[in-house]
Amino acid sequence: MMRIVALAIASIAGLVMLLSPFFPRLESVGAQSSEIFNVIAAIAFILGAGSLVKVNVSRVSRRDAGWGYAFVTLLCFVVTLVIGLGKIGVPPNPQFAATPWAGEKDAAGSAFAWIYEFVLTPITSTMFALLAFYVASAAFRAFRAKNREAMLLLGTAFIVLLGRTFAGVWLTDGLPDWASGLRLENLSMFIMQVFNTAGNRAIIIGIALGVTATSLRILLGIDRSWMGASGGSS
Amino acid sequence: MEGAAEVSGVLGILERLDRRWVFLAMALAVAGPILVMGLTRKTLPETPTDASRAVFRAVQSLPQGSTVLLAFDFDPGSAGELEPMGVNMARHCALRGHKMVFISLWPLGGQMIDQTIEKVIRADFPQLQDGVDFVNLGFQAGNEQVMRVVLTDFKRAFPTTKSGRATADLPILQGVQRIGDFALLASVSAGYPGSKEWVQYVVSASGGKLPMVSGCTGVQTPQLYPYFPGQISGLLGAIKGAAEYESLINAWVMDPANAAEWSGRGAASGAPMVLPPKYLEAQRRMGPQLGAHLLMVVLILLGNLVYFAQRRAQRRVAA
Repeated sequence: MMRIVALAIASIAGLVMLLSPFFPRLESVGAQSSEIFNVIAAIAFILGAGSLVKVNVSRVSRRDAGWGYAFVTLLCFVVTLVIGLGKIGVPPNPQFAATPWAGEKDAAGSAFAWIYEFVLTPITSTMFALLAFYVASAAFRAFRAKNREAMLLLGTAFIVLLGRTFAGVWLTDGLPDWASGLRLENLSMFIMQVFNTAGNRAIIIGIALGVTATSLRILLGIDRSWMGASGGSS
Repeated sequence: MEGAAEVSGVLGILERLDRRWVFLAMALAVAGPILVMGLTRKTLPETPTDASRAVFRAVQSLPQGSTVLLAFDFDPGSAGELEPMGVNMARHCALRGHKMVFISLWPLGGQMIDQTIEKVIRADFPQLQDGVDFVNLGFQAGNEQVMRVVLTDFKRAFPTTKSGRATADLPILQGVQRIGDFALLASVSAGYPGSKEWVQYVVSASGGKLPMVSGCTGVQTPQLYPYFPGQISGLLGAIKGAAEYESLINAWVMDPANAAEWSGRGAASGAPMVLPPKYLEAQRRMGPQLGAHLLMVVLILLGNLVYFAQRRAQRRVAA
């Protein structure tokens, strides 16, 4: 019975979303369904937090390999949560002076803003910056002209790498106007706008067809894998 | 390295090269231009592409007082590429006298907006009022579903500002019922949800009535080119796109003939002879990019030299 109810909810919500762009009368119903989804998405944050705690607590309690990292994750989670929810160090909000805790959790000067600026921002920026080193190492060790396709890839990579910097302009600036299409910056743009666009459009159309087929299977109750193991799949 | 045959000489040294030397070379290739550009305060010249010019034109051609929706869908991880785009879009809108409504579908986007507001609006356009000339509506959970809601009722998706004020009472949103009422959607995007979803769920659904420009990371740029110049009027690809857009704005601001168009809106009056570093940031970042790209080209060439030497050595051993 529960499975049928879940299937009915999924099918009705999906059909409403599918039809609302075509029928103006269903527009508001579609918007309302989206709003319900937004509430569910917000609840998903709580579920996500619960899952994070559960997984990491069990790793710490079992003393799994790398349990120290799990402990640090838990510690950071709890500290950030307490500071955010408790609005520690948050200055009062001048718009709502009479209301306690009305200030923004991440207002300038708050502990949450401090964590954001001096912990989160440097960590995420560092992670992103590290990519340059790994890409350089991979370029040296793995990017080989082993066959014709790899040579094409290499040639394209050179054009785009140089064409996206001043080096491309400098190297081919001397070409006459009638050969301006061969300037590296123009070649780079040509590759992006013609070859890349053609390939990407093919992928996008393919994905769209796949999504349509999968959506129809879910709407019609043929594909039930989204319900988990108990839902079964025909 | 594959194969058992050994390569001798310089190529042999390269074959056995510890990858920490590669890391060191990359650090120097990036740090060198940063130091040189920081000390000399010079930037490399930019040749804007049609895609970047289109972004400039889209903001430039709006009538003064138009309301622009700026979606900052990124976080500090991609701020290196995208923050200069956000800064320049906000600056351009402020210089042109447009109203700015900032939103984000990324949890940390609200803070990125705050930083941009502090850096650009509060520092250089102090006469602009929060809620009247600009507003930060912060983060909203729900990804594409938020986009679906703003199609029919914008304030329903964003009932309050980031600081908690009701959007229904905001002067800046008077006359805005749905997203189609904005003059332009400017999306600064690091991935999902971002520019691609704004095109698929909002611009397409608006029937082409809502013009959109996008600034995105280098990884995302190839995925967005299929939508340019149809659904996306202008496209800034990675820091290169940001530098081109910045150079276009700077050229416009530095030209005394254009001073009358924007003077009185910024903190300074008339064309500034020296631009502050924050408005040269994207162009300055092209220096490290040049160093890193050149090193990559050299590394690929060296790696292939070693590879072909290895193959020759293997053939010799086999013979």
